[in-house]
Formats: sequence, C-alpha cells, structure tokens
Amino acid sequence: MTQKVEEYEDIPGTWVFDAQRARKGYRLNEFLYSLMKAENRKEFLADEGTYTLKFGMSEDQRQAVLNRNWNKLLELGGVSYALAKLAFTDGKSYQFMASQMTGMAEKEYVEMMLAGGRSPNGWRSKSERKGKD
Amino acid sequence: MAKIIAGVGTSHTPAIGAAVDNGKAGEPYWVPLFKGYEPAKKWMAETKPDVVIMVYNDHVNAFDFKIIPTFGLGCADEFKIADEGWGARPVPVVKGYPELASHMIQSLVLDEFDMTIVNEMQVDHGLTTPMTLLFGQPKEWPCRVIPLAVNVIQYPAPTGHRCYMLGKAIKKAVEAWDEDLKVVIFGTGGMSHQIQGPRAGLVNSEFDKSFLDGLSNDPERLLRISPLEYLRDAGAEAIELVMWLMMRGALGDKVKEVYRFYHVPASSTAVGTIILESRP
Repeated sequence: MTQKVEEYEDIPGTWVFDAQRARKGYRLNEFLYSLMKAENRKEFLADEGTYTLKFGMSEDQRQAVLNRNWNKLLELGGVSYALAKLAFTDGKSYQFMASQMTGMAEKEYVEMMLAGGRSPNGWRSKSERKGKD
Repeated sequence: MAKIIAGVGTSHTPAIGAAVDNGKAGEPYWVPLFKGYEPAKKWMAETKPDVVIMVYNDHVNAFDFKIIPTFGLGCADEFKIADEGWGARPVPVVKGYPELASHMIQSLVLDEFDMTIVNEMQVDHGLTTPMTLLFGQPKEWPCRVIPLAVNVIQYPAPTGHRCYMLGKAIKKAVEAWDEDLKVVIFGTGGMSHQIQGPRAGLVNSEFDKSFLDGLSNDPERLLRISPLEYLRDAGAEAIELVMWLMMRGALGDKVKEVYRFYHVPASSTAVGTIILESRP
C-alpha cells in the first residue's frame, strides 16, 4: 500500500506518530519510558536537569521536557502514551496533559468533553481549519 | 473442542480503572458509565468463560521502542501488572494459558500470520480496564487470559482487514484445540478519541454508532475504513478500533448482538461496548 504522508500530515492539531517521528523521538521516548520505575521518578524530580542528560536526547527535546512543552514534545517525536508518564510523574492525569495540549484550562476541557467532546467538523484538514484558531 | 462462543468490544480508557481503584465509581461523573456496563457484567457472570483472548494494545509499558511487535501473543504462565507511572493497579495477576497460546502460535504462523512470541510481559490498562469492567473486583480473575498485543501506537497499525483475517485464523486455531473450553474474545480500545495535540478531545459519535452497527450487521463494510479515515474522522487514537475487527473476525459469519452501550465521556474518550454471540 502506498504511504501518503501528506494526507495524515494535513490533519490539523495532530502529530501522527509515524516511523520518521518515532526515529527522531527514540531517545526522548526511552527517557520517558524510564519514568515507569519509582526510583527513576524520584531521581528525575530531585534533579531534572542532570537526569535528562543521561539519555542522549537533543537539547530541543530536553528543554521541551524541562518546560513541559507538550506540543513541542509531540512535534519532536514524543508519543502521547510515553509523555503521559511525565504527566503522571508530576502527579497529573492524561486529562490534564490533553487539556494543556489544547491550550484550555482543565475545567474547560472537562466541560467540553461532558458536552459531547470536540466535533470533527472544522478539524479534518488544515485548509478547513484555516483562520479558525 | 474449544469454541469461541462470543466477542466483547469495549473501550479500555485508563481513567475507568482508576475510578474503580480509587473508589470514585459512585461519583456523578462515573455513574452513567458503570450503570451502562452492569448488563454486560451480568452477561459475563452468567457466561462464565474458561478462557479470554484479550486483543488489546500496550501503551509503552511492556514494550518500549527497542522492539515493537505488530502482533504479540502472550504465552506466559502469568502476566504481572505494569506500573505505568503512577504505581501498578491493585488488581490480581493475570493467569495465562501457555499450552493453548503455544498451540495458537503454531497454528497462526502456519496460517501465514507472523506472530511474535512473548514469554514475559507485563500488562497495562489496555488489558486490565476491560477485565475490571466485565469482571468487577474479584480477588482472583475467574478465568485464564491469553493477551494478544497489537501495535497501534506507531503508525501504521495493521489494517482492519488484516486484523479481521487474523481473527478468522484465531477461530480456526481455537477450534483445533481438543479440550472443551468456552472462549470469549475481546477487542478493546476506542472508540473515537484523540489524546494528543490541539485537536485532543475529538469525538465522532456518528462514526462510532455506524461502527457498532457494522460489527453487528455488516463487518465487511468496516474493513474498507482506511487508516487515514480513522485518524482524521475519529481521532488519532481511534485506530485502536481495528482490534475490534479482530474480535469480530473470530466469531464467524453469523452473530447475535446481545448488548450495546455507548457513552461520552470517560476522560478524553467516547466509550462503547458491544457483546456479540457466535451463531452456527
């Protein structure tokens, strides 16, 4: 089957975790994976700057981790389920992380979900999205 | 002869398991969801399967990015519960069925499905949330579980068609096992949802309802949904629904829908469940 990267890259507000992004994000995701262990979470929280140097990720990735710049992390090859481990390490939830990615306050995000979620209308392509943000 | 008597499709949203574990199931946010699952739980208690085949996906817990199996079949005696970053869920260890799983491996590989054999693996919310939803909070799970982990994290996931065909091969493998066993197969994940980026929170109820209808009446129609359509129309994580098609493939041509429930939201997810019994 032919791969049509441009088709899924045209979905607005979304970084599809494809093979190229996974390749770029490998070290970043291995760092995030390390946060599955309680002792690593403790070490990370005690000195984030030093801990994050151990994984060989790019400086851009490392800064995005330190700043909890979630969307930047997605762009740089982080996968949401691995990023969630950073949110959990901070004592936050998936829901909190998702709301941060949308730029909404968590309360506002929860209200949107309770009202049925975000409609796909207007969110299917970048051209459909143009001028709406 | 072992027989796949029914299939269960269900979401596996981690917040659902967390709500149960933290005693929040009675809170207004969660009441409608758990009420909707009651009949499914009752059906399961009456059905009493000997074995569950759990088609689910790992979320960077058993598998980091060193090795990513497209289809990994758990052949271990037991599967411990993963600490996903907030401590392991307080649920029983999952007991496997290595003899049957190993038989399935041989049958599936000879049927040209290149399975990855997994002899050690921790299981995460993708497997444990459906167990909690359908079996509640027992001290021990009442049946053995064969986990089948599908890569839906790194694009591309296997296609819906491929999953459906693998489901058919699973049916054949199970029926060739010479022991009277009642087997229920789960397809988990979905339904529409996206938990990444500015588009997070996307829900497409129309898509979900049409998908549930298709499972019941016309699964072949669902096989034509392209990876792009899942991602674009139902959210980046809705691609998990291909696992429901594996469940459907394992039931044979005729099914009877015995239960369906749909609810929005659980955290960022549209939650659905369907129970389909195999008919001769």
